[in-house]
Amino acid sequence: MAAKKTTHLLEFERPLADLEAKLEEMRAIRNEDTGKDLGDSIAALESRVDDLRTSIYKNLTRWQRVQIARHPDRPYSLDHIENLTEGFVELHGDRLFGDDPAMVGGFGTFKGSKFGSEDQTVMILGHQKGRDTKNRKYRRFGMPNPEGYRKALRLMELAVRFNKPIITLLDTPGAFPGQEAEERGQAEAIARNLFEMARMPVPIIVVVIGEGASGGALGIGVGDRMLMLENAWYSVISPENCSAILWRSWDYKEEAARALKLTAHDLVEQKIVDEVIPEPLGGAHHDAVSTSAGIGKAIASHLSQLKKLSPEELIASRIAKFDEIGSFAEV
Amino acid sequence: MSWFKRKSAGIKTSSSGRNDVPDGQWIKCGGCSDTVNRREIEKQNLVCPKCDYHFKMSSMGYFDLLYDGDYEVHDDNLISVDPLGFKDRKAYADRIVATREKTGLNDAAKAAVGKIGGHSLSIAAMDFSFIGGSMGSVVGEVVTRAIRRGYEQKMPVLVIAQSGGARMMEGALSLMQMAKTSAHLTRLSEAGLPFIVLLTNPTTGGVTASFAMLGDFHIAEPGALIGFAGPRVIRETMGQDLPKGFQTSEFLLEKGFVDLIIDRRELRQELIHLLDLIMEEKVNVRKKKKTPAAK
Ligand SMILES: [Zn+2]
Repeated sequence: MAAKKTTHLLEFERPLADLEAKLEEMRAIRNEDTGKDLGDSIAALESRVDDLRTSIYKNLTRWQRVQIARHPDRPYSLDHIENLTEGFVELHGDRLFGDDPAMVGGFGTFKGSKFGSEDQTVMILGHQKGRDTKNRKYRRFGMPNPEGYRKALRLMELAVRFNKPIITLLDTPGAFPGQEAEERGQAEAIARNLFEMARMPVPIIVVVIGEGASGGALGIGVGDRMLMLENAWYSVISPENCSAILWRSWDYKEEAARALKLTAHDLVEQKIVDEVIPEPLGGAHHDAVSTSAGIGKAIASHLSQLKKLSPEELIASRIAKFDEIGSFAEV
Repeated sequence: MSWFKRKSAGIKTSSSGRNDVPDGQWIKCGGCSDTVNRREIEKQNLVCPKCDYHFKMSSMGYFDLLYDGDYEVHDDNLISVDPLGFKDRKAYADRIVATREKTGLNDAAKAAVGKIGGHSLSIAAMDFSFIGGSMGSVVGEVVTRAIRRGYEQKMPVLVIAQSGGARMMEGALSLMQMAKTSAHLTRLSEAGLPFIVLLTNPTTGGVTASFAMLGDFHIAEPGALIGFAGPRVIRETMGQDLPKGFQTSEFLLEKGFVDLIIDRRELRQELIHLLDLIMEEKVNVRKKKKTPAAK
């Protein structure tokens, strides 16, 4: 499989890019019809490229996955929403202070029939990052202020009122650590969502699509099912900040990523994540549509299961799920 | 996951309070920098007699301070099992052992049940001296059990928060304790029982962004640091100095996130008063029993 060309190369992808460039060069020489028969060398190089690609992407370290999760071409919430729904109506504002562009959401028809179930209206919301410099700033790099969390709560409460399932997409480097965020109660806004999400009588499916950093991610992350893209990460702190605090240096982010055990497969072992959604080789940015389709299939199947539960059963099993998380011993 | 049902440990009497005041007979006050006599501070519930600075108090210190007399200590036997095999410059497993030895605590929270002004009260209290009062699986479980005791045995719950945030060495498992504790608070709320939070110095990070901000009543000790993000991080984000008193109890009162600031020397009486007001029915029942029937 040939990877789509992206403008942004991750450091560990450089050897692959170099080899691919060499292959291109040889193909160009042949195209110029220099008379040399390069067929065998090209075939050999092609297989080396394939091997290298496989060996890099099948053996990603935790830190490399963090880098893929942050790839600037990675599909964001609105990309997935577009691929998963029809007639999405984005709703704005928390009715208290303002509208936060770092959090987006609204009602739309989940295209369930394309993914093995049936079409149905859902509330779908998530953190939103910006694609270019201007938009990154506008979206505050996907770091919500309190009004973002309060908007999310307002939308989820609408879903409850109209008895629609909720899908949340997590992709944030954290809640915004600003002066005004503190003044307007960042902690209270997140806490309130944890409390209310725990008792909402509709199915809630949480999907970690990129970065899941700390309380800023969890603020829309309490649900009946936790799904996670293969290269997403989710932890209590970013590897950089963990390095700064525990190693007292910014230089140990790779070690911190390893120690935090923050990948999708790690979280399955920790009984936090229910299902890992595969990404195309090299990461979701190589094929956003097929990545969304993977998410769609998983959502469709989990929604069908959750539909069988009464609201009381739903809430009881949701709380029981969190009861199971964590380990300790008795002395 | 390990789930242990354990009803109670020993009964402690009110002389066993440990505290975080540095060793020695003479102590430099963190507030006024004056040298104060240890016995003076201890007499004042670990408050500086000169400037009212509140020294940190341990979980046992608060139990002794607040309960009428004897109380049952719960869940002080839970220990972390290093679920991730975490290692930074030190192995977390070693850090736990060393901290347990140094502090005499098993982790950063303990629970208790007893009477305060005659009201039954379930308390979970945190200890900053244990890895910065950080919340991992054990703290999450201790707080959850204290809340559960509240709604199962029909009594109010008080959580005394004192924490630097979630415990990094348990990764996402620590984060999920925020959800777990908050989820059980819905049960307490639906049972019509009050949840009271005492915010002490410091209460930050994941603890603030979960149970510590979900109280029906938020009481803060004077001058406590209370916030989500740390002041250093915010200063870096803003690229400017923060206003004086930012993220203190007084600041949160002004911004509407704290109901009351109460001096520790008045805390017990004020709590009893509050419980008398909201648990009125029970108070009346108690009074009726004491009063012989008229007519
Ligand atoms: Zn003083």
